[in-house]
Amino acid sequence: MVESSARSGETLWFRCSRCGEIIYRKTLESNFYICNRCGYHFRITPEDYIRIILDDGTWEEIDADILALDPLKFPKYQEKLKEARAKTGHADAFAYGRGRTGGVPVVFGVMDFNFIGGSMGPVVGEKVARSVRLARNERRPLIIVATSGGARMQEGILSLMQMAKTSAELALLRRDGVPFISVPVDPCTAGVMASFASLGDVIISEPGALLGFAGQRVIEDTIGQKLPEGFQRAEFMLKHGLIDIVTPRRRLKETIVNILSVLWHGERL
Amino acid sequence: MPGVSPGWLDFEQPLAELFERLEEVNALGVTTEIKKLQQQIEELKIKLYANLTPWQRVQLARHPRRPYTLDYIERMVTNFVELHGDRAFADDPAIVAGLGKIDEIPFAIIGHQKGKDTKEKLTRNFGMPHPEGYRKALRIMELAARNNVPILCLIDTPGAYPGIGAEERGQAEAIARNLREMALLTVPVIAVVTGEGGSGGALAIAVGDRVLMQENAVYSVISPEGCAAILWRDGSRAEEAAKVLKLTAPDLLNLGVIDEIVPEPLGGAHHDWDEAARLLKKAVMANYHVLNTLPGEELVSRRIEKFSAIGVFQQGEEK
Repeated sequence: MVESSARSGETLWFRCSRCGEIIYRKTLESNFYICNRCGYHFRITPEDYIRIILDDGTWEEIDADILALDPLKFPKYQEKLKEARAKTGHADAFAYGRGRTGGVPVVFGVMDFNFIGGSMGPVVGEKVARSVRLARNERRPLIIVATSGGARMQEGILSLMQMAKTSAELALLRRDGVPFISVPVDPCTAGVMASFASLGDVIISEPGALLGFAGQRVIEDTIGQKLPEGFQRAEFMLKHGLIDIVTPRRRLKETIVNILSVLWHGERL
Repeated sequence: MPGVSPGWLDFEQPLAELFERLEEVNALGVTTEIKKLQQQIEELKIKLYANLTPWQRVQLARHPRRPYTLDYIERMVTNFVELHGDRAFADDPAIVAGLGKIDEIPFAIIGHQKGKDTKEKLTRNFGMPHPEGYRKALRIMELAARNNVPILCLIDTPGAYPGIGAEERGQAEAIARNLREMALLTVPVIAVVTGEGGSGGALAIAVGDRVLMQENAVYSVISPEGCAAILWRDGSRAEEAAKVLKLTAPDLLNLGVIDEIVPEPLGGAHHDWDEAARLLKKAVMANYHVLNTLPGEELVSRRIEKFSAIGVFQQGEEK
């Protein structure tokens, strides 16, 4: 009956992983996958974010057919990729394309945490880089919803280099004055948070999202003590000046559209 | 058993014993015996270090006797002036930054700095920077770029520090910003991994026009211990993990991630700091003279293209 965060097609009931409330699927769907009792934001799929942020029928995916190789011949990586593709129906952990939000043409990208923890290998890095280039070439604001455990270990150093690649492309977008709105959501850490997800001109997250550099267990092992409640949550990030806004999911689109309505007029009038 | 000699790795113990004997014989001044021992040492070095496993390279990269940034600066750089602080929070001793000259040519030099004894290790936080270290590094790099001074970065860190203060002050943001801003530096940037290239904490000062690695340095997305813990839930299988991660200099050259391997003295940089520094300086200056012919904007676009080209994938039907 119960799934805590990820959804599958036929599940009718969900259990809130924070307060334990059992919620009927339709109720949850109509409430942006937010627990109606405690406000917990369930983790949702890329398709959900496309529906929530983009105007209906405007999403047009690009480069959906880029596939990972196994350059290191890493133990069990091929199997892991096959499983992840079967589980998610996606080729890898990032999709991008053109779309509109509030009528404004944008480039939109979104990560899939269910695909090997949303990890960034050369495929994700290449597609993020291409999305940035597309935004720059077509002068469309860039919006990326990021959720990831970091660089993809199975492609080793090549994954690490994607941090430099995506960030370098963003340097050019920024220089050309095209806005980038980064939306890191639960969870977004390590190599992705330490590269493009932290480089938004505006950074927006959702209540309770875990955001940061190091994993919580790593920190606890290093400092030899338990972390305080709320550490690395979106509200903590807001308090420490590291992100701009924490908004409930139901107001995410409105927030983005508002920001773009001020920042973005295409070419200067 | 004379006991394990401190400061030497397990597989180096036979060598350490020869060095000890050499010291004894030296004191006695028996010339023939000295010569014999010296020859034995050279032969053993060749045998020990000729076919290093990836794990042995990891150990050499972390060798307690390995020279660190300030040791290289002492040997390569004249007129060195160290600069401090990020102008916002603190000075981070895990990163050294400053100005000096190499072969009379002005350089900004930035590098991770580990400690030698316990006290210095703690001060330097084992070479693991906080955000203010990366911000200091960027401040000095941008200063260099504004004054048309080339930049040398020496990379040797287990990684960026995972701690409470580091998170509160934006470790992720500090690294990300460096990656973005280093791409735009209009002066030559030469990055050399001299020891441990520990993931994002290493990359944050390694976005170079040329990225070099010393022969026994390693560079990896995750430590072998961390990788083993994830793969097999057993951090002690680091030796196997070191193999699968492809983290040695020859591996990275094959993968197209680095441009050149900088040779070390026989047995590794720790056997002869002066020679290690001489070889490093030679490689750095050869690269500098090539890069110096390019205008700033050309450096920027080539640097971005270089990093954008890294990674393999296929587009189209699944095989």
